[in-house]
Amino acid sequence: MTAVITVENLSKRYLLGHRASNHSPDASLRDAIIRTARNAMRKTSDVVKGREVIQGDEIEEFWALKDINFEVKEGEVLGLVGRNGAGKSTLLKVLSRITEPTKGRVTLRGRVASLLEVGTGFHPELSGRENVFLNGAILGMSRVDIRKKFDEIVAFSEVEKFLDTPVKRYSSGMYVRLAFAVAAHMEPEILIVDEVLAVGDAAFQAKCMGKMSSVASENRTVLFVSHNMGAIKTLTTRSLLLQGGTITADADSETVIEKYLLTALDARAKALKAKSLESFRRGRHYDNSPASIMEINIVSASEDPDTLPEIELGSDFTIEICLDVERPILNGDLCVVLMNAQGERVTSLVASDKVSGLSLRPGEKVVKLSVKDLFLAPGRYFADVSLDPMIDGNSCDAVFDYPLLTVVNKGQVTHALNRPWGSVYCKDAKWSVSEAVENIAAVGT
Amino acid sequence: MTDVIIIENGRHERNYWRDIWRYRELFYVLAWRDVAVRYKQTIIGAAWAVIRPFLTMLVFTVIFSRIAKLPSDGVTPYPLMVYVGTLPWTFFSTGLTDAANSMIGNSNLISKIYFPRLIVPIAAVVVAFADFLIAFALLIGMMFWYRFAPSWHVLFFPVFVAAGIAATIGPSLWITALNVKYRDFRIIVPFIVQLGLYVSPVGFSSSIVPEKWRLLYSLNPVVGVIDGFRWSLLGSDSQIYLPGMAVSFAVIIAFMWFGVRQFRATEKSFADLI
Repeated sequence: MTAVITVENLSKRYLLGHRASNHSPDASLRDAIIRTARNAMRKTSDVVKGREVIQGDEIEEFWALKDINFEVKEGEVLGLVGRNGAGKSTLLKVLSRITEPTKGRVTLRGRVASLLEVGTGFHPELSGRENVFLNGAILGMSRVDIRKKFDEIVAFSEVEKFLDTPVKRYSSGMYVRLAFAVAAHMEPEILIVDEVLAVGDAAFQAKCMGKMSSVASENRTVLFVSHNMGAIKTLTTRSLLLQGGTITADADSETVIEKYLLTALDARAKALKAKSLESFRRGRHYDNSPASIMEINIVSASEDPDTLPEIELGSDFTIEICLDVERPILNGDLCVVLMNAQGERVTSLVASDKVSGLSLRPGEKVVKLSVKDLFLAPGRYFADVSLDPMIDGNSCDAVFDYPLLTVVNKGQVTHALNRPWGSVYCKDAKWSVSEAVENIAAVGT
Repeated sequence: MTDVIIIENGRHERNYWRDIWRYRELFYVLAWRDVAVRYKQTIIGAAWAVIRPFLTMLVFTVIFSRIAKLPSDGVTPYPLMVYVGTLPWTFFSTGLTDAANSMIGNSNLISKIYFPRLIVPIAAVVVAFADFLIAFALLIGMMFWYRFAPSWHVLFFPVFVAAGIAATIGPSLWITALNVKYRDFRIIVPFIVQLGLYVSPVGFSSSIVPEKWRLLYSLNPVVGVIDGFRWSLLGSDSQIYLPGMAVSFAVIIAFMWFGVRQFRATEKSFADLI
């Protein structure tokens, strides 16, 4: 099989401007004037040399990608995982020809379509019907193609009734459904997809996943970025792990997912020290969100950021989620999904199961979730926590793959410790042996 | 046959113009979108395309003809002469302004999808051209009103329309590219447009410019276009000044070449700069 995508020594540099602090006590007016003058001179010389102008007092080089090498074979579905800021989006942008690499070379054999966002170019004033054609053209489909697939697209999106309404009147769910429907009907030879499955409600997400796996089975080459380990696991066989702009693992997806989840431990220690969960959020930012998740903890765990809270095998535990609420939430929801170290879902716990919607007034709030009778097998567990301002709505903040706890066996089980544990531990399983009475009777007669 | 695309720093797309042809549907769609959206949620809609040049004509007729007592070309009614000058000027200024802002207005596209970026400013010029066509309808009405029939010169009119389009696209591309990099141009462009209105022979006939300055005056590419419009539409009374026309056309072509070159040189970094 031939390599459809070949990436050789690819690097991408950005220049960042930093602003020197104006608040330091010895900053004088004279310093400010000198700095301003120096910046003006620098900018002028940049303009003369035809370079870009960077705001700031000091300029720093930042290598978003460093010496990336990989190949993708025809019909292969390759996953790309990494934390926020690892360079995934930059890599996709270079591959989709949106931005130029600083060094290195990429060879693409075939028609490429990239889907870095759903609904790129949707115009709020135009109707759903018009936007299908607009978005289709933006994604590189011809009018004839779109007309041929129009009914299919509309059926997939489930917005038939509102086709002639301007999309600015759509709910965000309808908008996203229509946008994904258009994107799902492209037929390129190479498809580059970034995190687009993370949209819409659960039912629609399942539908998107289905569509994606059918694309993957049609022998098309797909490069797929996601924070959803489950999606990576079901859709891809091989994955790359990006860390700080370099590839640190290129192997089968299961190995890469395990490595990726281990990087979360470092990230957690940093996040706890910096008191910010930013590196666990996804690339997109939740602007103007009514509330955000500040901290996730296990009650009565030690404060040491470098060690994961430990709980004993077979015991109950309580998860504590600190929220910073800016605007009141009346009928909200919190969802905690627990995963094991292989990225497999163990269970999901939803606040609206027990309460009729969470109501939170502005201020800092602590939500406690006490988990009883769930006995996790020994190992590390990770959590996705999402906060929704409405039940069944889209989340206003979400934290992914957060290392939550380690379950340790402190003598509860003493036998066969090397067996593969699976994800749950059964606390109360009884074995008994009895005589197979009927059989003996049968033999006897 | 599969196409092979090689991405490297500073590599010029060999198939650039073929790519533009391939993306022509996107070009139609963007132009169509901007035309469709332009007058949405306005009360009088496309009438704005007529009102702007019409008011300019009224004001200029009063200022230049009644107050400053400038002569018209021969017997041509002054308002008609001004309106014919306003048409290409409005097209040029709208095209330039819209194109300059088109990249920033479409930044969501630029940062998320690949296509030859040239499409965006040119689609903006097409939208301005749609306005031009609407305003042109009023000119036909005015010619009936003044009972003014164009002469055989009108056969050359399409040539000057083409020159007008080229005169708009050239500088637009250049300024669009500069505006992405240096946002100062957002402030400079309205200023150019404001000054240009007085520097170009919109409210007066270029025949009042002293003979020795006319060649220099023709360095302004819009001068050639406006003179050509008047000559082809208003007939024999407006004399064509050939050396000036040649200079204007040369400037138009030079701007076009320079604009495309500058645009292509910076186009690849747009997504990082925007």
